[in-house]
Amino acid sequence: MPATSQHVHGPAGPSAHDAAGLPRQGHDLPGLDPRWSRVVVAPDAEGVSRSWHVLDTGPLLEERGEVVVATLLCVHGNPTWSYLWRRVLAQAPPGWRVVAVDQLGMGYSSRPEAPRRLAQRVEDLSRLTDVLEVSGPVLTLAHDWGGPVSLGWALRHREQLAGVVLTNTAVHQPADSAPPSVIRLARAPGVLARACQRTPAFVRATTVLSVPPLPREVRDAFAAPYATPGRRAAVADFVRDIPFEDHHPSRGTLDTIAEGVRGLDVPALLVWGPRDPVFGDRYLTDLLDRLPHADVQRYAGASHLVLEDRPEGVGVIWSWLEAHRPGTTTRSSGPAAAQRVPITVDDSAPDRPAVVELRPGGRSVTFGELAALVEDVARGLAQRGVGPGDRVAVMVPPGVELTTLVYALWRLGAVVVVADAGLGLGRLGAALRSAAPSLVVGIRPALALAAASRVRARRLRVEVGGPELEALALLGRGLSGDGPGGSGGAGSGAVPGDADGAVLFTSGATGPPKGVVYTRDQLGAQVALLRDTFDLRAGERLVAAFAPFALYGPALGLTSAVPDMDVTAPHTLTATALADAVSAVDASVVFAAPAALRNVVATAADLDGTGRDGLRGPRLVLSAGAPVPVELLRQVRAVLPSAQTQTPYGMTEALPVATLDPTALSPADTDGQAGVCVGTPVPGVEVGIARLDANGIPEEDLTTAPGTVGEVVVRGAHVKDRYDRLWARQAASERPAGWHRTGDVGHLDGAGRLWVEGRLSHVVRTSEGPVTPYPVEGRVRQVPGLAEVAAVGVGPDGVQQVVVVVVPEERPGGRAQALGAPAGSAVLAPAGLAAAVRAAAAPVPVAAVLVRSWLPVDVRHASKVDRTALSAWADGVLHGRTVGRRLRDLLPHGAPSRRSR
Amino acid sequence: MARSVLVTGASGMLGGAVADLLAARGDAVTVMQRRSAGGRHREVLGDVRRREDVRRAVDGQDAVVHLAAKVDVVGDWMEFVDTNVRGTGYVVEALRAQGGGRLVQVSSPSVTHTGRSLVGAPAGPATPMRARGHYARTKAAAELFALNADSPELAVVAVRPHLVWGPGDTQLVGRIIDRARQGRLVLVGRGTVLIDTTYVDNAAEAIVAALDRAEDAHGQALVVSNGEPRPVGELVADICRAVGAPPPRVHVPVPLAWGLGAVVEGAVAVADRLPRVPSITQPPITRFLAEQLSTAHWFDQRRTREVLRWAPRVRLDEGLARLAATSGR
Repeated sequence: MPATSQHVHGPAGPSAHDAAGLPRQGHDLPGLDPRWSRVVVAPDAEGVSRSWHVLDTGPLLEERGEVVVATLLCVHGNPTWSYLWRRVLAQAPPGWRVVAVDQLGMGYSSRPEAPRRLAQRVEDLSRLTDVLEVSGPVLTLAHDWGGPVSLGWALRHREQLAGVVLTNTAVHQPADSAPPSVIRLARAPGVLARACQRTPAFVRATTVLSVPPLPREVRDAFAAPYATPGRRAAVADFVRDIPFEDHHPSRGTLDTIAEGVRGLDVPALLVWGPRDPVFGDRYLTDLLDRLPHADVQRYAGASHLVLEDRPEGVGVIWSWLEAHRPGTTTRSSGPAAAQRVPITVDDSAPDRPAVVELRPGGRSVTFGELAALVEDVARGLAQRGVGPGDRVAVMVPPGVELTTLVYALWRLGAVVVVADAGLGLGRLGAALRSAAPSLVVGIRPALALAAASRVRARRLRVEVGGPELEALALLGRGLSGDGPGGSGGAGSGAVPGDADGAVLFTSGATGPPKGVVYTRDQLGAQVALLRDTFDLRAGERLVAAFAPFALYGPALGLTSAVPDMDVTAPHTLTATALADAVSAVDASVVFAAPAALRNVVATAADLDGTGRDGLRGPRLVLSAGAPVPVELLRQVRAVLPSAQTQTPYGMTEALPVATLDPTALSPADTDGQAGVCVGTPVPGVEVGIARLDANGIPEEDLTTAPGTVGEVVVRGAHVKDRYDRLWARQAASERPAGWHRTGDVGHLDGAGRLWVEGRLSHVVRTSEGPVTPYPVEGRVRQVPGLAEVAAVGVGPDGVQQVVVVVVPEERPGGRAQALGAPAGSAVLAPAGLAAAVRAAAAPVPVAAVLVRSWLPVDVRHASKVDRTALSAWADGVLHGRTVGRRLRDLLPHGAPSRRSR
Repeated sequence: MARSVLVTGASGMLGGAVADLLAARGDAVTVMQRRSAGGRHREVLGDVRRREDVRRAVDGQDAVVHLAAKVDVVGDWMEFVDTNVRGTGYVVEALRAQGGGRLVQVSSPSVTHTGRSLVGAPAGPATPMRARGHYARTKAAAELFALNADSPELAVVAVRPHLVWGPGDTQLVGRIIDRARQGRLVLVGRGTVLIDTTYVDNAAEAIVAALDRAEDAHGQALVVSNGEPRPVGELVADICRAVGAPPPRVHVPVPLAWGLGAVVEGAVAVADRLPRVPSITQPPITRFLAEQLSTAHWFDQRRTREVLRWAPRVRLDEGLARLAATSGR
């Protein structure tokens, strides 16, 4: 390591202990530019001169004549040092000065003779920044116990402060939980000195927990300044300075900071690795309580050193800092004011039935009864500690209980977390942990799952048809006169429309499920949009075999009938069960998932005369969640002869976007169009196309020019507010501001209809340009004898080859049924079939035609082909997998999938 | 602009096609070969292993397309070195001696193949120490030597056509037909790995393009193929179908094929040492061959197409049709 020219030694003459600055040689510090390193002498809190080691881009900027627009002040925790921020310095955009300090006694700063308390450290840092002439707007970035120090500095420099970024830290020990056991252990008598000072155990432990593991050289670099017990004294002192006890000398300082943070109105970003044995999710929740406006980027699976585990987080922090750079104005306005329906029970016709349960022993309530029950349960829930803004997961099957709980929570201004079994059980736990509800209300298996998934929330059991709901209502009724929340009738009217209303989850093909947050206004806009699009009028009756929409019935004054079925398994709805539900309320509208409709068609022969007559009633069948084949809809219309079949198109983040009755499309309509028509955008929703460039990457600008193929981008009052605690994902999806990138690709036709051509992640990036899957699949489907078709890409981006995987109607034998693909060479399509598929796919060249006996499909809807998994399989077949790769393929990854039927 | 061009190795299918293509557009073509073939072009008889022969043939030429090589799958290491490495050295030396010119060194994608699948791979640098088998190693060394000679006076382009085939091909097509007719054609593994090939006319046009664009392309190694990878089983079956031979039915598992290859190579070595046993020149399988047939090989040709301003004109299906036509079917 070359010597630095900025070494300035303390006036007292450095002792061996007190030498500050990077060692001249002997240590390799990968990623650290020695030109950043300088030693600065500044008075400490008591006025004694101390030598600080600082990484500072200031001198380089000055050398280059760059004007400093803003400064980022970085404070590390214990037992790391400014090395932690090397990537932050390396990636600094023009105009930013980055100052990363080594706290006194830490890193390569001098070693004071006595331990330094939190209050002293805040003062020390303030005096240092004076000497460093940190002027102009400052944003802070901190980790671990650097958090309280940086926030202490921030609170004393309010006039300069332009924002705060915190990573895995804490300012307060939540009252209802014990201090982190790791720290308690380290604090135990006898352990502290041994673990932290006499041996390098604590210093080393900090860097071995990372996921994925850190390279050895990086771990060594973190430990480099703490080579001897003498150099580690402050590491132990830092642990001693954590004020768990009320009488601790630093307790007052920390409490002042913790309360002061509530007054910080500057932009804030919290970057979190929840697999932290010390600062887990509960500290994130505590900070969010203090900084409710903060943006959050939570990396599921990342640990304590979150920026080491996820180096891309540094880029995310810089994008956020650039977006909040002093002097920039952010956020263009969203869509124009829209119609909204209040998310409350419409009790204008109190005697009309609201919810009718068809299961044996099921009950019914009128709108009047439901509204009263909601009031009482809301009071009961308030009594159980639920208040505005609290997140509550509701895991109860559809019926009176679910409807009551959801409307009661909205009445209280609480946020409903909707996690369904369609995510797959393991991912359901991950979803709940990411949303961090304070209460889980559910049936027994759901509560057991929440407990098993280590969801830190109180649990409240409510069974379908059980006494628990009534008990809650009784509890609420006992508090007569007092409004919900126990504070003088503060109903939902007092909750602002831009407050969070619900968290839903996408099943996302890769990675953990992503939470999607809707504000109350956005939920209201969605209800209004559904009402207007499908002309749903108060007094209409609907059969709700598809949970998400069914919940809105009470807000619209619609009677909802819940058929006798297992709603987590849509394909259990029989024609008879549907007919019973339709007859029970004389339904005019049916909501059902495609898989449910498929079973209704399959079991239609079992209907008796009454059932068949009853199914003549409904005017409308709605089916959403997955593509619905036109043939199936034609069969549905044979069973429900008076019904129009509408298939709204949309996603968890925006529903509906467009709608269509595919049976009404004539062949002339589809002529010359590629993909699947999803209809005309519904009124109030705008659709733009971000054209795919030659590399298959969507452009920034939007177009509505007919025929342009690109990512579908939507805007409307009902589009999600944000991804939950995934700031980077949200920033990437919200381009341009106020719009939502759907991840689907498609085009608009001359008549303004939207045609979807597949998922952006499934676009095959060939050397001749991007190839979208649906059009190829549509053409290949014309080849006789094929039950299912999927087009996927193999090979590196930019030179990918198109592979077509087919499932013949005559499926291969038992072994192939089990493995998906037939054994041996039979996986290659016979010559005649391969030639026919290639001819159909033209002009798109097809490298290989492979045969399977089923395709992997998603768990939630059992109808979206998992082309990512299929592509990985084809890649293995066509490129000769190694044994290690074959073993890895056996491990589950991403969203679970199951076999197509 | 007509120029004088020497084509070495013109007795082969690809060399012949290059010579014909150059002559057809008016270049003065000279071919160098060991025995007179009585062909259409001016002949210089000689052997690339002899310095004087090469110097005589290169004398007065504007450019050389160097195809002559020993391509067998077995044989003595020194014979490969003599033909492939020394031969290239003599060509470079002769061009330099007469003040420069252009050299298109015809190489092979196997010069970068280390036994793993090449999936949409760009043309990496040749690796003589890691390439598999005598042929690939010596061709790798020759390519490095030739590209190293690239200079303002001598523009060198290395072109790596992958698995060239077409009517009259004795290497790939010829062997498949022979084995198929003897009932000895087997597939290694499931026959599913993707392999790209080059129809002979496309390879010849790419070589001519490299000659013409030498001022842009010099110093580079460029992979040439049809850009239409196919599962190897399908490809072999298609070729068999085109020439009327029975397609392969037997699959040999990859590890078994590799083991057999090792045994065969041992037998070849033993046979070479035993005085009265004839040498094995066409072994049924080698480890190299087992690897080639069980790993994917297809390439990223974006740079090739951009630099050479060339694209394959004859698609795979058209090539198979031409093959069928010349087979009298």
